[in-house]
Amino acid sequence: MIYLDNAATSFPKPEETIEYVNTFIRSIGGNPGRSGHTLSIEAARTIFEAREKLTQFINGKDSERLIFTQNGTESLNLAILGLLQEKDHVITTSLEHNSVMRPLMFLKNEKGIEISVIHCTREGKLDIKQIKRSVKKNTKALVINHGSNVIGTTQPLGEIRQVINDIILIVDACQTIGAYPIDIEKDGIDILCFSCHKSLYGMQGLGAMYIRDGIELKPLKFGGTGSKSESIEHPDFLPDKYECGTPNTPGIASLLGGLAFIEKTGQKNIMQRKNELRTLIVQELSKFDNVILYGNHTGNTNVPVISLNIKNKLPSEVGYELNKKEIYVRVGLHCSPMAHKTIGTFPEGTVRISPGYFTKNEDICRFLEVMREIAKG
Amino acid sequence: MQRDNTYFLIFHTIHDVLRVEKILKKQGFTFELVPVPRNLSSDCGSCIKLNDNIEDVKPYIQNIEIDKCVLFDGVNYKEASGRPWK
Ligand SMILES: Cc1ncc(COP(=O)(O)O)c(C=O)c1O
Repeated sequence: MIYLDNAATSFPKPEETIEYVNTFIRSIGGNPGRSGHTLSIEAARTIFEAREKLTQFINGKDSERLIFTQNGTESLNLAILGLLQEKDHVITTSLEHNSVMRPLMFLKNEKGIEISVIHCTREGKLDIKQIKRSVKKNTKALVINHGSNVIGTTQPLGEIRQVINDIILIVDACQTIGAYPIDIEKDGIDILCFSCHKSLYGMQGLGAMYIRDGIELKPLKFGGTGSKSESIEHPDFLPDKYECGTPNTPGIASLLGGLAFIEKTGQKNIMQRKNELRTLIVQELSKFDNVILYGNHTGNTNVPVISLNIKNKLPSEVGYELNKKEIYVRVGLHCSPMAHKTIGTFPEGTVRISPGYFTKNEDICRFLEVMREIAKG
Repeated sequence: MQRDNTYFLIFHTIHDVLRVEKILKKQGFTFELVPVPRNLSSDCGSCIKLNDNIEDVKPYIQNIEIDKCVLFDGVNYKEASGRPWK
């Protein structure tokens, strides 16, 4: 079996991830911060520690501003729905995932917000001057994909920050967090949204976000927090304001395992290995006559996400053939119809190859061998 | 000799309780994490029961917003008038 779908979720997970979940479920297991007994407090400590570590990981200032969510999608929904109001204008790009576009379209239909979509080139390049030109009096936020889940391109957040003054910068870092350095301060990020189950190596069912000091969002959910229980009003202090109900504590424990793995291995080494794999795949595939590669894979700022097509074959056919040989990739639109319109592959989409840290060179050789057969036939 | 005073430090969130715990542990203060006494709050969470002098502790945790600081002298509970800090 060869798994090349790490952009959807990383697999396999490191041993640390599994061990931390195992320990939590076997020996801790309480409902965090609810009951005051030892197991409840131990569960709360698990979350506390993860919150502190993850905040440090992105160079956030205050761990209470790090909010755990169900996934990257929920983080983006809270950022977008919690921030934007009637008559607001928002700028975004043509590379966005539907977890950005759909909440934006909902607000457009529901509240009449105004959306400007900046078109990227087929290589995924963004014209920063155009962002600057799109800023209006009522521009509240720029929502931007940091690393493309279709073609792997990353965007220069620091440069973008400089042209938007005090407009709120919301970053979708689902593909970059853990795989690419992120620094809330240096990158000038106001709201960072991400999943924890991709390059942070946590379990599925966990996302997070960091909300810079001074930004108030309308919560998406209201309910029990274990705090202020005498009141029927939802608390307005952090992190409880945005987190309620029993959290995914096993998932948060798994994230601690993932972070321990990253620390042990070194983020630099992980990035370097992924870059090697990406370069190897691109190099070899570009020797194929009838393979079309999308995006621009020169340089080393891309995340390891490669989109391709075989001439005269549908991506779904290619995916089917690969699956038969136990090679797992993702085909189609990758929840990003606009990105596929940008690179000219709508509505069929592409075959997406995303190796991970645990991918071996032999795996790539085997994949290329099978691709050669498929491309021939 | 001074009577043995105990303080109950109650915070808004378990996150803050654990922040304080981490700091007090590091500084070597004597304290315990206990369920919030029912007469002090109807809350279902935990608070810090401090056996050291509050004045020694204060400088380390002053930037963490406290809900209540209650002195227990062995017989009576007495809430510090106003908030002791922030
Ligand atoms: C760029 C991008 N944004 C958002 C998401 C949504 O994340 P999740 O699946 O954790 O909700 C993904 C991944 O699926 C993604 O690649």
